[in-house]
Amino acid sequence: MIVVRLLMQTVVLALGQIWANKVRSLLTTLGIVIGVAAVVATVAAIEGLRGFVLGEFETFGVNKMYLSGQVPRDKRGQVNWREVALTLDEIDAIVEHSPSVTAINPFWSAGGKVEYGEATIGSARVTGIFPAWHDIENRHVIEGRPFNSLDNEQRRYALLINEQTIEELNLPKNPVGEHVLLAGRRFQIVGVVETLDLSEMFGGGESRAEFFVPFQTAMVLNPQGMIGWAVGTISSPDVAEDARAEVDSIMRSLRGLDPEEEPTFQVEILQEHLDRFKTMSAGLIAGATGIVGISLLVGGIGIMNIMLVSVSERTREIGLRKAVGARPLVILIQFLTEAVVLCLMGGAVGIAIGQGIILLLKQIPDAPLEHANMPLWAIALAVGFCAVTGVVFGVFPAIKAARLDPIVALRHD
Amino acid sequence: MLGRRRANAGADAPAIRVTGLEKVYKMGVERVRALDGVDLQINTGEFVAIMGASGSGKSTLMNMLGCLDRPSAGEYELAGIPTRKMSATRLAKVRNERIGFIFQTFELLPRASAIQNVMLPMIYSKKHLFGARGRAKAALRKVGLGDRMRHRPNQLSGGQRQRVAVARALVNDPAILLADEPTGNLDSQTTTEIIGLFTDLHNDGQTIVIVTHEEEVAGYAERIVRLRDGKVFSDMPTSEDPLHTAYLQSIASTAARRANAEAQGAPA
Ligand SMILES: Nc1ncnc2c1ncn2[C@@H]1O[C@H](COP(=O)(O)OP(=O)(O)OP(=O)(O)O)[C@@H](O)[C@H]1O
Ligand SMILES: [Mg+2]
Repeated sequence: MIVVRLLMQTVVLALGQIWANKVRSLLTTLGIVIGVAAVVATVAAIEGLRGFVLGEFETFGVNKMYLSGQVPRDKRGQVNWREVALTLDEIDAIVEHSPSVTAINPFWSAGGKVEYGEATIGSARVTGIFPAWHDIENRHVIEGRPFNSLDNEQRRYALLINEQTIEELNLPKNPVGEHVLLAGRRFQIVGVVETLDLSEMFGGGESRAEFFVPFQTAMVLNPQGMIGWAVGTISSPDVAEDARAEVDSIMRSLRGLDPEEEPTFQVEILQEHLDRFKTMSAGLIAGATGIVGISLLVGGIGIMNIMLVSVSERTREIGLRKAVGARPLVILIQFLTEAVVLCLMGGAVGIAIGQGIILLLKQIPDAPLEHANMPLWAIALAVGFCAVTGVVFGVFPAIKAARLDPIVALRHD
Repeated sequence: MLGRRRANAGADAPAIRVTGLEKVYKMGVERVRALDGVDLQINTGEFVAIMGASGSGKSTLMNMLGCLDRPSAGEYELAGIPTRKMSATRLAKVRNERIGFIFQTFELLPRASAIQNVMLPMIYSKKHLFGARGRAKAALRKVGLGDRMRHRPNQLSGGQRQRVAVARALVNDPAILLADEPTGNLDSQTTTEIIGLFTDLHNDGQTIVIVTHEEEVAGYAERIVRLRDGKVFSDMPTSEDPLHTAYLQSIASTAARRANAEAQGAPA
């Protein structure tokens, strides 16, 4: 009870003191205000970006692996793309021998003119796929049926399109069963798949008409083609490194490459990028937190300075308080409270300004910052840091005040 | 309620007992003996004036009695309790609960109102958790400032400021009231008012010690202690003090001479 009352009185006293020296208090806390505002805005921006990127990864599926042929840097001009392209045997070998890789779908690109009634698309993107593709890319049909192995084995002229295609070719609302001309051949639409909802940054953006045909059919359409790349899934995010190692060793042994030799293929595992990104953003946040530490240190020195000034200005007052019975500890608490209140006010102003900056950042068109919000932990951390700064830098002046001899203090002028 | 003596404090012990008190100030290599073996006893309910030339050690002694400073040697017993070994915290408690101190320069907090100034000692006391404001109001009324509670020090006259300081000294019901030249900064009219207040308190039973330069002020006390060079040089009831009686005679004769001069000059 007495502690609560005393604390309340000290806080009121501290606020009064700060109010009495408005300008000075403001200038003193400027370091803290700016530091906290900058960090709060930065953390929120990073968090926002993180939320955005993680969302995109989520859409992609983080368990994805990309595989393609690659001309080694030292063999540019000597080797052509066709020579390093993946083969179906290699794909089969990986699925069979790599325990971490659950499925792979290679792509065979064809292309050509697509016609439906009056509508034509000059050079359509036509891709040959295996039935596994639906699960790997997480793109299931919303109308009709997915591909099956018979479509592939019998090289059927079956066609999957996306929603965008319906619009561009003026197809009926439910186009399943319709026939379109693709490279002069009659294909039947068997299903419609969803268009991937990705931002521009990740290759989405303006959606395009897409055409998918069975893999073997694509080979017939474009016999000169090759497997440009393949997409696979790994069994879990934790096996990303294992999957890379397994695929690497299988491919090297199939292609007769020494372990040190530059590979003629490339493995990309999304999870690894995600891990790298997470490490990077965590690093950025740690860096920002470090900056707040430094700015609070600088701000704290200002606080200490002003508290020392305050103690010496109010020496007589301290003397009087002691004369009427204030214990040294009470004087210590009084000045410590003042320093902490000063720092917390600086922190509060900083957080408010930081929020303002975030609101401004969100106004920037096309910046991926809709998710830019200050996490609660960052606010708590900022407040905690400020309080600690107040205590650390307030304690020396407070001790100085508490130690003052009453009669010496009263004689001070 | 206010100014009443504490019955609990060491039943028979004198309010103040000082033995062999010394205070030496070191200024570089030089040593100033501000107090040089003072023995003094003041009983409960007494009204004592301390006098002496400037630099004789009056303020130094008062600061010791008020537990604001520590002696270099000697013992000070407050209501029978030795204070020599008390910690700073303990001394603060003693100042808060047992001593009311009045300064020549009032020492009010400039930004606080009269009532806030009077409440200050109670902030640091466990005794008056509740009703602090009521006590402060009562104390202000007692010193005749019932209508000036919300005034700040700079909105009050010198005499009123000193009354606020007296109210503050009284608010925690101190065993002894100490005043170091309480009228030193006041005109004679206000001096009379303040000293009248002290007399009233004394009549209520309050133990009072004041330092003064003025024989007129000392005349209100029952006893005068005179210091010279840090030593007690005379200590007797006011009525027996030769210096004071000489003073009284001198003003009586001045008055007589003036009356005489007027009587003689009038017909001319
Ligand atoms: N803090 C100090 N440091 C050094 N010397 C001091 C200090 N305080 C007092 N003195 C010396 O001690 C002596 C007594 O001082 P004190 O203030 O007690 O005198 P006083 O009787 O109150 O005088 P006055 O009537 O002028 O107030 C003086 O010589 C003074 O110079
Ligand atoms: Mg003096």
